[in-house]
Amino acid sequence: MKEVKCECGHVNPHGTVFCEACGKLTKEQEENKNLLDMRYEGSARRSQTYNKSVIDKVWNFFSSVKVGVWLIVITLSASAVGTILPQEMYIPNTMPASEYYADQYGWMGKLYYQLGFHNLYSSWWYLILIASIGISLVICSLDRVIPLYKALKRQRVTRHEGFLKRQRVFGESPSLNQDEIEDIKQKLVKKRYNVREENGNLLAEKGRFSRWGPYVNHVGLIIFLFGAMLRFIPGMYVDKVLWIREGETKVIPETNGEYYLKNEEFILDIYDKEKDNEAFDKALDRVGMVVKNYQSNVVLLQKEGDTIPGEKPELKKIKEYPIQVNKPLKFENFALYQVDYKLDELSKMSFKLTKKDSDQSLGDITINLIEPEKEFNLKNGYSVELKSYFPDFAFDENQEPTTKSRVPNNPAFVFNVISPENPEGEMSFVAIQQTIDPGEDNLYKMSFNGIETRNVSALTVRKDLTLWTIAFGGLIFMIGVIQGAYWNHRRIWIQQIGGTTWIAAHTNKNWHGIKREIGQLIDGTKLTEPMDQSINEEKE
Amino acid sequence: MKQKRLVIRSIILVILATAVAYTLYANFTKDNVKAVNVGSKAPDFALVDLNGQKHKLSDYKGQGVFLNFWGTWCKPCEKEMPYINNQYHYFKDKGVQVLAVNIGESDLAVSKYVERKKMDFPNVIDKDSQVQNAYGVNPLPVTFLIDPNGDVVKIHTGALTESMVNEFMTQIQPLKEK
Repeated sequence: MKEVKCECGHVNPHGTVFCEACGKLTKEQEENKNLLDMRYEGSARRSQTYNKSVIDKVWNFFSSVKVGVWLIVITLSASAVGTILPQEMYIPNTMPASEYYADQYGWMGKLYYQLGFHNLYSSWWYLILIASIGISLVICSLDRVIPLYKALKRQRVTRHEGFLKRQRVFGESPSLNQDEIEDIKQKLVKKRYNVREENGNLLAEKGRFSRWGPYVNHVGLIIFLFGAMLRFIPGMYVDKVLWIREGETKVIPETNGEYYLKNEEFILDIYDKEKDNEAFDKALDRVGMVVKNYQSNVVLLQKEGDTIPGEKPELKKIKEYPIQVNKPLKFENFALYQVDYKLDELSKMSFKLTKKDSDQSLGDITINLIEPEKEFNLKNGYSVELKSYFPDFAFDENQEPTTKSRVPNNPAFVFNVISPENPEGEMSFVAIQQTIDPGEDNLYKMSFNGIETRNVSALTVRKDLTLWTIAFGGLIFMIGVIQGAYWNHRRIWIQQIGGTTWIAAHTNKNWHGIKREIGQLIDGTKLTEPMDQSINEEKE
Repeated sequence: MKQKRLVIRSIILVILATAVAYTLYANFTKDNVKAVNVGSKAPDFALVDLNGQKHKLSDYKGQGVFLNFWGTWCKPCEKEMPYINNQYHYFKDKGVQVLAVNIGESDLAVSKYVERKKMDFPNVIDKDSQVQNAYGVNPLPVTFLIDPNGDVVKIHTGALTESMVNEFMTQIQPLKEK
């Protein structure tokens, strides 16, 4: 790899378009009369020059902005495709995902599932795409920021004529004397330029810091991606759902059995035309019922002492808290959010024992559907035995009674009624809205006598230790954006060449701004306003 | 110079590749991150069976424990119960203990079910899901095989056949009993 020595004495890396120090163009460039491309100060992006080992080839692949843009385009398209069918977490629980997609959407659904679109963020190829974008960011940035930094650091005050002539803003004026130069220098300093002087030549520069904006921004993105990666480390991120009935005390998952929660009450408020502000009336007329508040009143408890799972723990009350939407209960690194609810789950069921022929009542029983008792003693020699209990009753394929779940959605009972006439008892089967009498000769019947219900709250148990990293990445990202967007890197060269004064200027953005500044600068001097050469170039 | 470039590029690429590889690995295994893993100590617990007798896992040290989680509503559980029962009778005096943990159902529903299905082994009920949480049990049935040292040697999710039950119990049988 040959380094190129410029006539000014500076040694440039191979592939440099114009000298880092004086701006003299290389021979090939010299013939080109167009304006200079100042994007990376003419420095050599290293990927374009070395292409030797496998490492270099991999490096150069990721160093290409074209590759980076394609990676982003592909990732965006994949994300878009991922929204066509519902993601796995939103499909009903009735059948496994492997069957669901094919069943609902045919061959397209099957393909969708096989390609991993059903759980996009966990698809290996999607993760590889995201990771490749991250790698591309790191390598693209490194490959550009380092040469750019070096080139800007090595630039000299006196630049080569060819460099000045090819700047977009350029003009020739009559020669200035020392006082006039001093005067312009003061004006530049006043405009907060950093002015360097060399043999009567000036280089005024400000806002170089703006050039680092994109790279700061990329550092922010990398930190952001790193934060997202942290979620995979056990203990950094928890996202679980806890269903808890009113009155129940349950261990909070992922707390190693240390914290318990008691649900005192679930409240669902709706807007009431009578009580609430009239302003809502119109909206309420239009849509009907609108929920005002979802709230779970809970008590946070902490386990005291050393009990092993299964033993009744001694619980200490930590605090009571009304959890509302977006007002989670927070403790340690955990937060419990109101996420769902179920109203009026059956909790108790009452029956009346009556004589079949006379409807004479012989007593009531109330069955706790979560923990039913086995026997109910009534007066006068009557008692009821609960022979079987099916909380979520259904007939299985053999027409045997069975339960579909442990939730009392559809309770059914087999009773044995013991009476003075029948000390052995007579059996009956009772389910909601159906009493299946096994025998016509039963003397008594259990008739339905009311229910008690309670509500169930669903809370999201969330712990996220990665948030600070992600927020920090976001902050750095924004700093980079601001740095690059609100400052301009402006340079003005004023050089004495062969009895004339040359002015050339460059800015990375806002050309109007720099032209106006130059206008103010030359006001009252011999200098003539430089031209914007890009206008001529366009005409040609 | 060239050497330095190669070294720096290699280091950066290795760091990036490691991060990507870890993320992919963690993603593939995230569904298997369990509270209890094969090779780890089985978390101790104590539950009371239907006859009022307390069963503490650590009391069974020196014996293999066939720890089964089940529910009355769970179809595959129903299928494997007779097999477990048969093998329980065969292994109960050979150093293998069966503990069946029902997840949070009522005493009545469980005891009637146990009666109906003629399950002779100890059945305990995990009322407040403490043991379920400690073992990270989600879909039922799940069987943990715990060796005489108290280490988990196998975790099986899903229904078992009788030959599997037999094989599993043989696997955790103390050496001196074989």
